[in-house]
Amino acid sequence: MERAVNYGGDDLNLEATELRLGLPGSDGLEKQSSPGVRTNKRASPDVAEDSRSKSNNSIVSDAGNGGRDTAPPPKAQVVGWPPIRSFRRNSFQAKKSDEADGAGMYVKVSMDGAPYLRKVDLKLYKSYPELLKALEHMFKFTIGEYSEREGYDGSEYVPTYEDKEGDWMLVGDVPWDMFISSCKKLRIMKGSETSSLGCL
Amino acid sequence: MRKDRTEMSEDDDRSPPLDLRGADIAESSSKTRNCSGVTGSVAGPGPGPSSMDFQAPYPDQVLENVLENVLQFLSTRRDRNAASLVCKSWCRVEALTRSELFIGNCYSVSPRRATARFARVQAVAIKGRPRFADFNLMPPNWGAFFAPWVLAMATAYPWLEKVYLKRMSVSNDDLTLLADSFPSFKELVLVCCDGFGTGGLAVVASKCRLLRVLDLIESELSDEDVDWIACFPESGTSCLESLIFDCVERPINFEALERLVIRSPSLKKLRLNRFVSIGQLYRLMVRAPQLTHIGTGAFSAPEGVALGDLEPDYTAAFAACKSLVCLSGFREILADYLPAIHPVCANLTSLNFSYANINAEQLKSVILHCHKLQTFWVLDSICDEGLQAVAATCKDLRELRVFPIDAQEDIEGPVSEVGLEAISEGCRKLQSILYFCQHMTNAAVKTMSNNCPDLEVFRLCIMGRHRPDHLTDEPMDEGFGAIVMNCKKLTRLAVSGLLTDRAFNYIGKYGKLVRTLSVAFAGDSDMGLKYVLEGCPRLQKLEIRDSPFGDAALLSGLHHYYNMRFLWMSSCSLSPPGCQEIARALPRLVVEVISNETDKLNGDDTVDILYMYRSLEGPREDAPGFVTILQ
Repeated sequence: MERAVNYGGDDLNLEATELRLGLPGSDGLEKQSSPGVRTNKRASPDVAEDSRSKSNNSIVSDAGNGGRDTAPPPKAQVVGWPPIRSFRRNSFQAKKSDEADGAGMYVKVSMDGAPYLRKVDLKLYKSYPELLKALEHMFKFTIGEYSEREGYDGSEYVPTYEDKEGDWMLVGDVPWDMFISSCKKLRIMKGSETSSLGCL
Repeated sequence: MRKDRTEMSEDDDRSPPLDLRGADIAESSSKTRNCSGVTGSVAGPGPGPSSMDFQAPYPDQVLENVLENVLQFLSTRRDRNAASLVCKSWCRVEALTRSELFIGNCYSVSPRRATARFARVQAVAIKGRPRFADFNLMPPNWGAFFAPWVLAMATAYPWLEKVYLKRMSVSNDDLTLLADSFPSFKELVLVCCDGFGTGGLAVVASKCRLLRVLDLIESELSDEDVDWIACFPESGTSCLESLIFDCVERPINFEALERLVIRSPSLKKLRLNRFVSIGQLYRLMVRAPQLTHIGTGAFSAPEGVALGDLEPDYTAAFAACKSLVCLSGFREILADYLPAIHPVCANLTSLNFSYANINAEQLKSVILHCHKLQTFWVLDSICDEGLQAVAATCKDLRELRVFPIDAQEDIEGPVSEVGLEAISEGCRKLQSILYFCQHMTNAAVKTMSNNCPDLEVFRLCIMGRHRPDHLTDEPMDEGFGAIVMNCKKLTRLAVSGLLTDRAFNYIGKYGKLVRTLSVAFAGDSDMGLKYVLEGCPRLQKLEIRDSPFGDAALLSGLHHYYNMRFLWMSSCSLSPPGCQEIARALPRLVVEVISNETDKLNGDDTVDILYMYRSLEGPREDAPGFVTILQ
């Protein structure tokens, strides 16, 4: 749909820009079409045809983008748009853990004596008790009481994890947030093995 | 919020335009202009007396002594730059008396040259990466290293007291060298920096015994876990006045922090990170009721902690802070705690809710007390209704920033032209606005331009690209046109939405004071950029992305590029030969080009990123492989 927009005024020197067609935007229904993105190699290439003839100064880009005229896909994420620093962006994405974003935070869980490993999604849990309960359920065992001094007292099994630096740590010592960001895998150790834990 | 340093502000850079084509930028040794009555050389036997000593001094010496005493009173760099251009003598004396050095682009001058000219500097401010690098538009490791600067200053400025860095890469080794080299060191402010970690902070904390200010603002720390808070000297009184670490994404040693606060009677500003719970905040507040600036940390209790009767009286703690004027934080806010801040609202001049996911009702309960508010940062979760409440109460508002809680393009936004209009009706003294929204109308923007004539900064981000006025379907040209026409003090502008060349024509015609311009997904043709380059004589910083401006437009700015701090153009229509032409025409311009390798293989030769800036040094030696410097 062509729109006859009368810009008026002599000072615009419209001849230089040779605006032959109206506003970008192929028809009045699709307000959000984004033509004129012909030079954006990172954005979704939903380019409208009529935008190409608008400017006689964009020959270089037209030639370059000749092969890019694909059918507009759903709006892809454009790099750096909207212009929000990642620190701020991430501050809120972290809170969306309730929404199913599909990513999850799966780590392997091994248990001494068990024939095969399992995987748990750490994001499903908000605290240590929840995680430990899930593990107890998964492997059908019980974990003792946690205390800072004694670790897990009163049980045959002790939950441990491997952190980013490759050390094996006792589950429960650090704040939960710190734990999920540093936990690479879990291992449920049998009591007799735990004396070799040098992490504390 | 973080700009108390008005002298270090990028918007204060009012150097007179210098025509540098083919000439050297002011170097103390090459200035040959003389003022009348003074010969070019420095006569006189050795260092003369600095006071009025009438032992037949040479005329030069008297003049220089007088100058030195007078020039000491010049504080702004604008005035000092002007004074330094008068003549060689003035230039020399000004250089000796300048104690605060501002480097707007770390690559425009070398550390050696800067320290050679200015010998007695006590405070340094250096800015590095271009702003668009914050949004991942620049590949990492581009540059802007603090290392060569701290190395040069370690020997040149032994009495250095203050360092302010923005968008620089600072390593732990740099911080160690800083701590080791400057025994009088007092203030470290790192804004949007990276490359260092808690290890570096630990060294600064332990070795800088006179440290008054340690401010980390929106900086990204590396992944190490050193207990830096515990590294502050444990005994004696600390002279700490400001400790800002809300961007540090690691837990801290709270007990050590508490002890530090207890022995810091001068502490005025304390901004905690999100790992500090509200209970811990309470403990700190009761120890430091003299605080003027508080960043509250999480403003909630960690999971599993019992609430109820055992909760301390947060309200009383806030009430005890009689001097509190600035509140921020609320990083994981539990809105139930919000009423605790009521006692301080009436005195607040600055409130930062931009990490607080609160709705209109929750905001209203607070904002209706904030009559003195001048700076307000908030999330759009408060909706237009929340903004209306702000407009109704905050008659003194100078700066407003509305951030999106959900930074996507195709959603129904909670704030719109309704909120903007409401603000313009209620807050007539508005000077600075940053507004993210999904939809906007020209009418609302026009209304703001009429209601808020004091606007100096207008940054509107319509998050949907190329979005027209959603009521009339027209481009947003008229709205932005009205802003440049009616806001006669406008120095900074960021445009968005559907914009044709007409908008740029307006900017070039009316935006005579504009120094900083941000453009994204806008314009039709080269004319757009031409209008701006030809029309805006004060333009210093121009950043453009994804707009159809090509080589011809770039050429139209040749007369002006030496007056600018930088030009950034990414995903536009530039070609390597086009950029090359600029590089050839202007030898004092460093023309950096980054091209996408895969595009090149496909035969697409457009320039991905052009970043060019004036420099006394020529091509930098630390450019990474993906940067090509054209010559």
